[in-house]
Amino acid sequence: MKRVWPILVVDDEEVMSESMAAWLREDGYRVDTAPNGQKAVELAKTTDYAICFVDLKMPGMDGIETMMEIHRSRPDASIIIITAYATVDTAIQAMKEGAQEYVVKPCHPQEISIMVSRILKLKKLQSENVILRKKISRKYHHRDIITKNPKMEEILALTKEIAVHRSTVLICGESGTGKELVARAIHYAGDRADKPFVTVSCAALTETLLESELFGHEKGSFTGAAGQTKGKFELADGGTIFLDEIGDISPKLQADLLRVLQERRFYRVGGAQEVVVDVRVIAATNKNLAEEVQQGRFRDDLYYRLNVIEIRLPALRERREDIPLLAEHFVEKIASELGKDVSGISGDALKTLIGYDWPGNVRELENVIERAIVTSHNGTLEQEDFVWLNQRGGGTQQAWDVPDVPLNELERRAIIAVLERKKGNVKEAAASLGIDRSTLYDKLKRYEIAH
Amino acid sequence: MRTLYVLPVGTVPAQILDWIDEVAAEWFPMPTQRLAMIAVPAEAYDKTRAQYQSVELMKAVTRNAPADATRVLGITEADLAIPTLTFLFGQAQLDGLVALVSLARLRQEFYGLEADEGLLRERLVKEVLHEMGHTFGLTHCHDPKCVMSLATHVGLVDRKDQSYCMNCGIRIARRAASLDGETQ
Repeated sequence: MKRVWPILVVDDEEVMSESMAAWLREDGYRVDTAPNGQKAVELAKTTDYAICFVDLKMPGMDGIETMMEIHRSRPDASIIIITAYATVDTAIQAMKEGAQEYVVKPCHPQEISIMVSRILKLKKLQSENVILRKKISRKYHHRDIITKNPKMEEILALTKEIAVHRSTVLICGESGTGKELVARAIHYAGDRADKPFVTVSCAALTETLLESELFGHEKGSFTGAAGQTKGKFELADGGTIFLDEIGDISPKLQADLLRVLQERRFYRVGGAQEVVVDVRVIAATNKNLAEEVQQGRFRDDLYYRLNVIEIRLPALRERREDIPLLAEHFVEKIASELGKDVSGISGDALKTLIGYDWPGNVRELENVIERAIVTSHNGTLEQEDFVWLNQRGGGTQQAWDVPDVPLNELERRAIIAVLERKKGNVKEAAASLGIDRSTLYDKLKRYEIAH
Repeated sequence: MRTLYVLPVGTVPAQILDWIDEVAAEWFPMPTQRLAMIAVPAEAYDKTRAQYQSVELMKAVTRNAPADATRVLGITEADLAIPTLTFLFGQAQLDGLVALVSLARLRQEFYGLEADEGLLRERLVKEVLHEMGHTFGLTHCHDPKCVMSLATHVGLVDRKDQSYCMNCGIRIARRAASLDGETQ
């Protein structure tokens, strides 16, 4: 149903306010009128007017004062100042004090019609935006992290405490342990929740592309840079930037990043003007960064900047008591997404899941449940729906022919084999290998595998 | 007996009144009856704008509405305006008794062009249906072909069909069917 936006017309001359109100009512709006500023302010306290047409010259409280008073109770109301005399000074004053538009009467009906529909279109978008942001924030609420593991509960309590601060957070944990979920929970629990949460996967991009991705670039700064583009740091202004796989960035970017963290300012690629941002940084890694520092692969000063608050997420095999809870949650979620009539998991099937080592952690568990739901023909997932699990390693190993080659060569061959089977689809290959996409990209780079 | 009264405000050619009878007979389930012309109220004239304040004409039509009127349609050659807007093609009480249509800006002569009787009839039909539609509670329609769409210049009037869209047509018919129990 069409939302009826209320409009207020304020003028000391009744003929003006009533004729304008009648004209707007014909357009389907709910319109009130007020003979003076005081009455208008009073009405605005009880009704959330989308637009107020306010005459500039009125005895007592004039148009500008009325506008300012209305804005006290309704800061989002769009005020259109109406006047019989056009002077640059009054127009400038009205706009400075917060008027959205300035109209000299009489004006062409088309002008008012376009003005009103433009303002209301914007209001509609703004209110949709608020609704969507609320939906997203509900989606990433702390309660979405399912656990009864004491260590995880401690971590959740910590995330709530630190949500309101701007301190940099470093989240460590194996692939698939939910690092991004925790980062989002921190963002959406704090006062930055209505601002952007921007994710950058540092492992997926080459140094040049990552630099441009993070800091943006000016037109012509490199081949293909067609226009000025904002980087993720600028897009996240006021909000949070989540730097995933931070352990994979080059020494040059480590230096650049250190500068942003210290000074909260940077240059776009090819740019001469500094850009200042207010961004909370949450970084994540599946590497042991302290070890990377010792090996000289990661700057120690950047490590200490990032490591203000450290959250270490346990692997799923260290919180096996959560497996039944998570499994049931995924069954419910995935069955409803896929429209399959699967409502639970049998006790034996759960035993299999609990006994498995989950190298790909919660993400692997989710993928395994999805595969079982897709292939199952029963209303309950049984042990037989998971028999393939132990055949692919992680739990009880089955004997298989292992060639006499170094371990990393084995990994290289396994990646090539899976990529071929998945016809080059990196997302599917990563799921099949039980690692996340950025880790696979990292390995593709390391082993120089073309894909 | 439901009646749509047509009231000329100032002199209006008989041909115009005939056209109104025809369009009303086609769309509204009540006979039309012509009232004797009333003068354009002197207080309506705005010297600085050389136009007439629509509100004053609306008041005059309302004052002259017969007690048994279901609707009263005022028709005038006066060029109408309100304080905030430079002109109006017409005005109506939303879901009310009175509608008013001005011929001034429907005539080609207003724009320095040669008179075109066929075009004038078309524009008149559209404006009568539009303002009468408001008296039956209809607000502006988003379909630019529907007579209930908002026209802020004569080009937009010409773009309309001489009829309501299906939705507005159904609403008019429903509203007109419920008129019997109504007293003015």
